[in-house]
Amino acid sequence: MAQRGVREFDAKKMLATYWSEYVSKEFSYPGKVALVGPETNMDKLAKEEPWLKKEKLVIKPDQLFGKRGKHGLIKLNASFDEAKKWIKERINKDTKVGKVTGTLTHFIIEPFTPHEGEYYIAIKSNRAGDTIYFSNHGGVDIESVWDTVAEIPVGITDDIDKIDIESKLPKDTPKESKKIITDFIRGLFRFYADLGYAYLEINPFAITDNKIVPLDLVARIDDTAYFECQSKWGDLTFPAPFGRKLSKEEYYIKELDEKTGASLKLTLLNPKGNVWTMVAGGGASVIYADTIVDLGYKDDLANYGEYSGNPNRDSTYEYAKTVLDLMTREKAPKGKPKFLIIGGGIANFTDIAKTFAGITMALKDYKKKLQEINVKIYVRRGGPNYQEGLKIMKKLGEELGVPIEVYGPEMHMTRIVPMALDGGN
Amino acid sequence: MKERPEYVLFDKDTKAIVFGYQQNAIQRMLDFDYICRRKEPSVTCIVNPTREGYHKCFWGTKDIMIPMYKTIKEAVEKHPDADVMVNFASFRSAYQTSKEALESKTIRTVAIIAEGVPERRSRELIKIANEKKKWIIGPATVGGIAGGGFRIGNTAGMLDNIIACRLHRPGSVAYVSKSGGLSNELNNIIARNTDGVREGVAIGGDRYPGSTFIEHIERYEKNPDIKMIVLLGEVGGVDEYVVVDALKSGKIKKPLVAWCIGTCSKVFPAEVQFGHAGARAGAERETADVKNKALKEAGAVVPDSFEDFDKKIKETFDKEVKAGRIKPMPDIEPPKIPLDYKVAIRDGIVRRPSEFISTISDDRGEELMYCGVPISKIFEDDYGLGGVLGLLWFKKKLPKWSTDFLEMVVLLTADHGPAVSGAHNAIVTARAGKDLISSLVSGLLTIGPRFGGAVKGAADHFTSYCDAGHPPEFMVKDMKIKNINIQGIGHRIKSVTNPDKRVELLKDYAKKNFPMTPYLDYAIEVEKITTAKRGNLILNVDGCIGILCCDMFRSIGYTKEEVKEFVSLGTLNALFVLGRSIGFMGHIMDQKRLKTGLYRHPWDDIAYMMPDKPEKVK
Repeated sequence: MAQRGVREFDAKKMLATYWSEYVSKEFSYPGKVALVGPETNMDKLAKEEPWLKKEKLVIKPDQLFGKRGKHGLIKLNASFDEAKKWIKERINKDTKVGKVTGTLTHFIIEPFTPHEGEYYIAIKSNRAGDTIYFSNHGGVDIESVWDTVAEIPVGITDDIDKIDIESKLPKDTPKESKKIITDFIRGLFRFYADLGYAYLEINPFAITDNKIVPLDLVARIDDTAYFECQSKWGDLTFPAPFGRKLSKEEYYIKELDEKTGASLKLTLLNPKGNVWTMVAGGGASVIYADTIVDLGYKDDLANYGEYSGNPNRDSTYEYAKTVLDLMTREKAPKGKPKFLIIGGGIANFTDIAKTFAGITMALKDYKKKLQEINVKIYVRRGGPNYQEGLKIMKKLGEELGVPIEVYGPEMHMTRIVPMALDGGN
Repeated sequence: MKERPEYVLFDKDTKAIVFGYQQNAIQRMLDFDYICRRKEPSVTCIVNPTREGYHKCFWGTKDIMIPMYKTIKEAVEKHPDADVMVNFASFRSAYQTSKEALESKTIRTVAIIAEGVPERRSRELIKIANEKKKWIIGPATVGGIAGGGFRIGNTAGMLDNIIACRLHRPGSVAYVSKSGGLSNELNNIIARNTDGVREGVAIGGDRYPGSTFIEHIERYEKNPDIKMIVLLGEVGGVDEYVVVDALKSGKIKKPLVAWCIGTCSKVFPAEVQFGHAGARAGAERETADVKNKALKEAGAVVPDSFEDFDKKIKETFDKEVKAGRIKPMPDIEPPKIPLDYKVAIRDGIVRRPSEFISTISDDRGEELMYCGVPISKIFEDDYGLGGVLGLLWFKKKLPKWSTDFLEMVVLLTADHGPAVSGAHNAIVTARAGKDLISSLVSGLLTIGPRFGGAVKGAADHFTSYCDAGHPPEFMVKDMKIKNINIQGIGHRIKSVTNPDKRVELLKDYAKKNFPMTPYLDYAIEVEKITTAKRGNLILNVDGCIGILCCDMFRSIGYTKEEVKEFVSLGTLNALFVLGRSIGFMGHIMDQKRLKTGLYRHPWDDIAYMMPDKPEKVK
């Protein structure tokens, strides 16, 4: 529920579809774009998009990251066969982009357009409305030529047609291009505002033969606008950001999260770490991780784990089992203990005893392993029926023969972290 | 109405309109009012687009009625003293309803609870609020609370937590946070380390919250009852820097204890999303570490980690008390709030004799149960109609031979043509334009001693003579003397030489499958005597069903007395009613399909024999 990146392909297709409605009937955008994913049959694609075999092509990864030229991930002026080969060499391969390593899975193909001038336009949302940025010097790192950028603020309820764009363009805008640029800015803004965009940057676009050709495009959409824009979005998808491949366990929890109405999150930070967390609530789970890091145990923190939104017993059980399995795979060096932090704030209406049911089931399953690995468990939680919940946990500790320390709202939320890690100091 | 200072959004006199029929939240607001010893409830009316009238709820132990309107317009017109609207509208309608409230004359603050309001719509609302000098709390928030005064909807959770956090009376500390989930923790921390919360607001996790940290902090700064401020910020966004600037320029003079959560983001791989929607670090400036540093440098009290947050709050408060700038607010014993019946039941504190008992089914658990059998098992084990009848009528898992028999009875009695009196009545009623149920009932009401009722009658007659040990000859003679027709004997057309196929089927089935058939054997002996008198005095289908049902009960193991009880409960008529309803409904639908008109009986089929004049009574 927020601003989310969309594929360049989807944004350009949308722009082409609604070009005449929002932008202009006088000048056009041909909208020749194709997307190649892991399942795409390239030859079939070439039948659907005949221009692929007729024109020279540009190919780039389409996975929500920029600076593709800088990372050597653009193929220019290629034939269809060259494009096929270039993609085949890269698709489904781990690739390092900046600090992030991920798998390339999607590529956008467009006609290679020889052009002269390169322009920059971006529209960005802010609290008061939106700001349009325009420069006659696109195609470069725009920060380096920021003094050539004109900023045109548009208030949230302003009518873009009543704003004098032309006089606000940079002084170096060629006279003959002023009209087409003004019209394009207005049209693009209408498109942006009406289709739920929160960020739209085209850097650069070119103007050739009375046509606007967006070359590189980056966009974010406010996904909460779905109910207003769904007919225009079509079956728009929000791909996961380019990044690290999920481990089997993280993927399992992600699937579980998507299946239930509740929230279940697991990120593995250091599988060899000796501090594991399983915390109720989005905010509280961040605070527990913060505190472990802030107290100097950054390298010991094994995972980030959150469950909230009242998951049922079975999902909590599956979730807890996954964490316990990861945690008890190997012993900590030198016979040191491992710590499990079952934390949480004070719930509003969730019955705490009930939320612990799935966790206690999982802990019982792992009784032997928890003993072998020398696990110490710390619990802190408040909310409806918390006394009963804590009692259950305390009793469970005796039953399992695993030390479980249990605290309620009388204890500061994160105090169990130093209790566990500093040995109570 | 007492004019509220512009820096106070809610106090113990605040009246609010609740948009959305959120019965739990409304009761929670009233319970909070009650333990704050407010004179009047804070919820003045409810807007429910689908219903108007009154909503009944509790004020302490008493029932009170809260008016409910269909439109915001009507609510604000009738309740001009309400200056807060707690908006529970969904994300789809939150914009329209909040806009209407902001544009009204009397509503000053709108709390938007919904998650998922489009950012463009939020920003439009912010513009309206700014122009009209009004307040929005949210979207995507639990709301806020004024200690001892007013609570927005569900803020601060259950009552025992509210009392534990001493929120039923005002303290001297105000807080503002993004996250609603953590506001409860803040209530707890502040209550344990200071004299408690005067006011707390969760502005919500959206990118464009309707009101920002600084707007509330500036309010707190102006409010002389607030002596100390707590801010809980977050990784992502730059709103905390506005607070930094205000600190630097000296706009905030009251002690401010601040912490931004999300300091762990640095150890996360790029692009990991935290559980919380707002918590996403982009640029360096938006990280929690840099924000915490900036706040500290600007003069806020910032702990080294959340772990010391409570200590810093305590130190700051104690310092202010020592300096004489805070006179701690007194603790007040809250009035007893009656325990909710549901909670008391759950905790096993109360009991109450029940008015109704059900021993055949239970719909409360995960799965519907028929007499202890989950509905899924009914299908897994192929109970069929007969098996379900066994569970719900006789509370027994019946053997297959008997459930098949029951199904056979239903099939055999399903219809007997349009001319029998029940079907006729149903048809006549259907043709009078009545609905299916009325027409069916009209047909069913015909079932009794003469129509269909022979099933029960036959069972009565045969079992009583048989059980008493009288020979069949005695029964025939005795009933002749008493001048009672034996129920279940005799047919209009069928006879010994032209037997009723249905009776043959039933007899064959029983002989092959029933462990024993004492009543049938007895009835066949009786039939031999009666048919000797006249060929059509055969055991008819009604009689056969009645007798075989009793044989079935006996074979299953019921005693003679229990069988008698079943018969007197109407069980046998029930079988006939169940079966024949199928036929009646068929006839009714048939008539409706054919669009037959109103039936009027022809004159020439009625013998009019009216006397010339009435007989005079002397």
